[in-house]
Amino acid sequence: MNQSTLKSLFWRRFKKNRLAVIGGIIVFCLFAVAVLTPLIAPYNPDAINVKHVLESPSISHPFGTDDLGRDILSRVIYGSRISLAVGFVAVGIATIIGVILGALSGYYGGWFDTVTMRFVDIMLSIPTFFLILAVIAMLEPGIWNIMIVIGITSWMGVARLVRAEFLSLKEREFVLSARALGASDFRIIFRHILPNAMSPVLVSAVLGIAGAVLVESALSFLGIGVQPPTASWGNILTIGKDNIEIAWWISVFPGIAIFITVLAYNLLGEGIRDSIDPRLKI
Amino acid sequence: MFIRNQKLETIKRLFFLYSVIHILLLSFFLSFLFISGCVKIDKGANAVQTANNDTAPAYGDTLVEGTIGEPSILIPMLAGDASSHDVAGLIINGLVKYDKDLTLVGNLADRWDISKDGLAITFHLKKGIKWTDGAEFTADDVMYGFKTIIDEKTPTAYSEDFKQVKKAEVLDKYTFKATYEKPFAPALTTWGNVVVLPKHLLEGKDITKSELGRQPVGMGPYKFVKWTPGQEVVLESNHDYFEGRPYIDRYVYRIIPDPATMFLELKAGNIDWMGLTPIQYTKQTNTAYFEKNFKKYRYPAPAYTYMGFNLCLKREQNTGRCIEKHPWFSDKRVRQAIAYAIDKQEIVDGVLFGLGSPATGSFVPNTWSYNPNVKKYEYNPDKAKQLLTEAGWRDTDGDGILDKDGRPFEFTILTNQGNNVRINTATIIQWRLAQIGIKVKVRTLEWSTFINEFIDKRRFEAVILGWSLGLDPDQYDIWHSSKTKEKEFNFVSYNNPEVDELLEKGRRTFDTDERKKAYFRIQEILADELPYIFLYVPDATPIVHARFKGIEPAPLIGMGYNIHKWYVPKEMQKHKVIP
Amino acid sequence: MITYLFKRLLEMIPTLVGITLISFFIIHLAPGKPTDVLADLNPKMTPEARERLEKYYGLDKPIHIQYVLWLKRIAKLDFGDSFSTDRRPVWTKIKERLPITILINTLALVLIFIIAIPIGVSSAVRPYSLYDKITTVVVFIGFAIPTFWLALLLMILFGVNLHWLPISGLKSMGYENLSALGKIWDWTQHLILPMTLEAFGGLAGYSRYMRSSMLEVVRQDYITTARAKGLAESKVIYKHALRNALLPVITLLGMSIPGLIGGSVIFENIFSIPGMGQLFYQAVMMRDYPVIMGILTIGAVLTLVGNLLADIGYALADPRIRTR
Repeated sequence: MNQSTLKSLFWRRFKKNRLAVIGGIIVFCLFAVAVLTPLIAPYNPDAINVKHVLESPSISHPFGTDDLGRDILSRVIYGSRISLAVGFVAVGIATIIGVILGALSGYYGGWFDTVTMRFVDIMLSIPTFFLILAVIAMLEPGIWNIMIVIGITSWMGVARLVRAEFLSLKEREFVLSARALGASDFRIIFRHILPNAMSPVLVSAVLGIAGAVLVESALSFLGIGVQPPTASWGNILTIGKDNIEIAWWISVFPGIAIFITVLAYNLLGEGIRDSIDPRLKI
Repeated sequence: MFIRNQKLETIKRLFFLYSVIHILLLSFFLSFLFISGCVKIDKGANAVQTANNDTAPAYGDTLVEGTIGEPSILIPMLAGDASSHDVAGLIINGLVKYDKDLTLVGNLADRWDISKDGLAITFHLKKGIKWTDGAEFTADDVMYGFKTIIDEKTPTAYSEDFKQVKKAEVLDKYTFKATYEKPFAPALTTWGNVVVLPKHLLEGKDITKSELGRQPVGMGPYKFVKWTPGQEVVLESNHDYFEGRPYIDRYVYRIIPDPATMFLELKAGNIDWMGLTPIQYTKQTNTAYFEKNFKKYRYPAPAYTYMGFNLCLKREQNTGRCIEKHPWFSDKRVRQAIAYAIDKQEIVDGVLFGLGSPATGSFVPNTWSYNPNVKKYEYNPDKAKQLLTEAGWRDTDGDGILDKDGRPFEFTILTNQGNNVRINTATIIQWRLAQIGIKVKVRTLEWSTFINEFIDKRRFEAVILGWSLGLDPDQYDIWHSSKTKEKEFNFVSYNNPEVDELLEKGRRTFDTDERKKAYFRIQEILADELPYIFLYVPDATPIVHARFKGIEPAPLIGMGYNIHKWYVPKEMQKHKVIP
Repeated sequence: MITYLFKRLLEMIPTLVGITLISFFIIHLAPGKPTDVLADLNPKMTPEARERLEKYYGLDKPIHIQYVLWLKRIAKLDFGDSFSTDRRPVWTKIKERLPITILINTLALVLIFIIAIPIGVSSAVRPYSLYDKITTVVVFIGFAIPTFWLALLLMILFGVNLHWLPISGLKSMGYENLSALGKIWDWTQHLILPMTLEAFGGLAGYSRYMRSSMLEVVRQDYITTARAKGLAESKVIYKHALRNALLPVITLLGMSIPGLIGGSVIFENIFSIPGMGQLFYQAVMMRDYPVIMGILTIGAVLTLVGNLLADIGYALADPRIRTR
């Protein structure tokens, strides 16, 4: 099978999976919202108005206002940027670390492989959330620290996946012929094998974004997520939690935003996986 | 004197909102049970207690208090957090206490004599008071406590007041005498329960390793039963309490770390007493259900919240003396401009929902030392801009931010995590200052990091913090220019020779009129110079289940002072205590 | 089997050492010495006391020796004393909170298993059917809703409005006076909400994994053979396919333990459950380093034990492993 038939097979399978298509559309919309934020947010998300505190949804404030009279809709829209940034940067870091370590240990094997995989085992046995909590609290919560810490504590799955792909791919004909032609290891790893090993990485990255969004909200609940007044879904939700009985709108809208985002990424990720190879276990 | 080892739990504590984040100040331990302020019972509740037959005092029932923070150790001199002091205060009494009319009265001490020169206090202890293990409480216990508290090896934050004592003597079994080096006006107030220890249980042992920290023995209204870590501390009434057996048989201190969960527990009737947040007080407890089953109380807390500026850029390493002043904040006009740009009423309305009042100074309103007639700063952004222009701040590059000598007016306000009231205050200030062209960043820090790494090391531009004040007006440690060393409390490096002199005068005389004069003048100076912008005095807003009677909140003392007289009428009792 | 076990135990040692190295690294990540915090928290700490403490933690020695010293101590379960004002030994503090965390996580895991396997199997039997889609969405709801928020909603519903279940904590008032059965019932009631929530959150991972594992098995030749033989479909699925599809899920069991333990921080805080997660959060916020290190180490040991149990289960189920 050549590349193009593989691709068309992928699309045919993907389109058949309606949930995945819906997930993909939602993800696309989220991107659009994040990019167009200043245009679509009706208010300055930080504009305080103590005369309109905890107002229920109305025409002027479709999502209501929070405990400082800020417009929830605008905050949720601005929050989408933060959530996406956390998701993408964290997953980007994890993917880069995972791909490099996985590729090298899969390709070279030997002691490097042993050490790396042992390290993966170790990282996998430490409760990651504890690690994130400890590091962030010691460094100080802030969006960059959160992204970095989530990234460096979630690369292990990618490393294993990439290693497994490399193990099976490195003995394949196209690799052997490239080597016979005198290509450098670097070239073989990054130009020949890696592109063929990327599909499971893509799936795990899409799923990872969903995970990172959830971790941010959990950190916000504990008070060490993205710090107010910067709006993140997690910290809007946390404000809402304390007012849940009198102002449901503060927690419901960011809650739905998180829920839809996580669901969309998961459906999309699963859809991609099933379309590439339903037996992939990620 | 100071309480530094604040625990996280304390930070997030709801009970008495003012204590949520603070540095406890000056003889605080005397008043930990006695939260002062002028008390107002919420209008929705019927405040009058009629002693008819239905509501006759009766023994029995259990009081469940909800708390966010778990106590850390129940030996008062070792404890730093409010939870520990709350519980230990029910178990261990001090020599003196504040009465509801704000006079100091004897507690374990029956009476005392003060020598003519004011330098020596002789306490005559009540006779026949027993520790709950049966041993008699005597002057030796006080002496032992005193020796322990001034011992360098004891990790206590309260030794400073006791180091002023030149000589301590046990005259006889029931008489204890303390002689001071110099006149020390707050002296009497310091003899609270931090200095009382059961000598017979501790002698020859390391106090930090003592099991008394987890299983205390005292002589107060309640005695310790058990402490289930992370869940509850259970106390039961001390039948031999020297002021009479408390009516309520059991006191359970339930630990619930999440405020939203705690409120649900209150609503479900599983806790009887907690501190409400302003939102809970104003918006969530107005239903018929709450009106019927609970009673809300409200009184100003003896505390205030402020924004403090770092007046100094560079300090001498050891003395903390300022070498180079902060170029912006050391200019009085800049500080006054910021004060004009902040609408204190907006903060009180928007953050406290009206449960507090704008602060005008550093002293407790409604006490003899409080000066109400000082310069106040009404919200006036034009005046603020004008003052900034005078000080040389203009927006020359048109970016909306004022600048001077090529530097934009940008600074960071630090405050602590977990305190929504304070974070919201910072957010409002940020918003208001943006409107006069000052860009503010808000950074929230975990409490111990905040204090250890930023306040103590003076690494801040501006902070939002609060002081909890004792009832004695001595504020030497906050404002005196000698108190600027690392870890000392004049961390903004305020330096005014006149204030220094007045502070010294205020603590070295026993004449109340003299003291009052000194403190009134200090307040005038502070209001003009604004080393802090005094933001607000929050109200304490506790709620208690309506079946509890006999709660008589008193001005400036609060409600816990007579807990042994609280009761639940027989037919209203909810929990049966099986002994 | 015994040699296999022995080998597995032996393999755990380097992992354990690695874990302690990481914990050790974390404590040294923070600026300043760990004793600074303790000293800062106690203004009256004397220089001598400070020195004594530094000696205790071996801070006067080079870092690799410090590590060896620390390792020696934790081998004896001596994690030092907590930095909080109570100064209690870290192990005592962990010990009193460990059982409840293990209990809740184990129960949640059992619950997940009981629910996730049938869901996974049945959706694999009818892939892309409406049933498959509905279960997919339902299990992802559990995964995608922020747990603390859902927890509050359930507490309001069951605790406040309906009064069916207690809201938080582990025991009711008057627990001491209940009969043994009453005590168990009281505990059960308190555990229902946290357990259900934790299970709901973990459902997605297991049921999806079960589904794909099942899908893979169903394609195998021997299943086709079984079907060709004319065996009833239910027998094919539940007798032949399920057993083989379950094997990889057992491995997942071990791997999901760190996630569950991590999640207990949230649960234990919102439900006021005095477990390890709550202690860890408090320790982190107070920078109580000995406790942080202790819990990281213990949490990792728990994971390793979980992995080992899973491996043993796997070995018991699959003879090929044992003999390898």
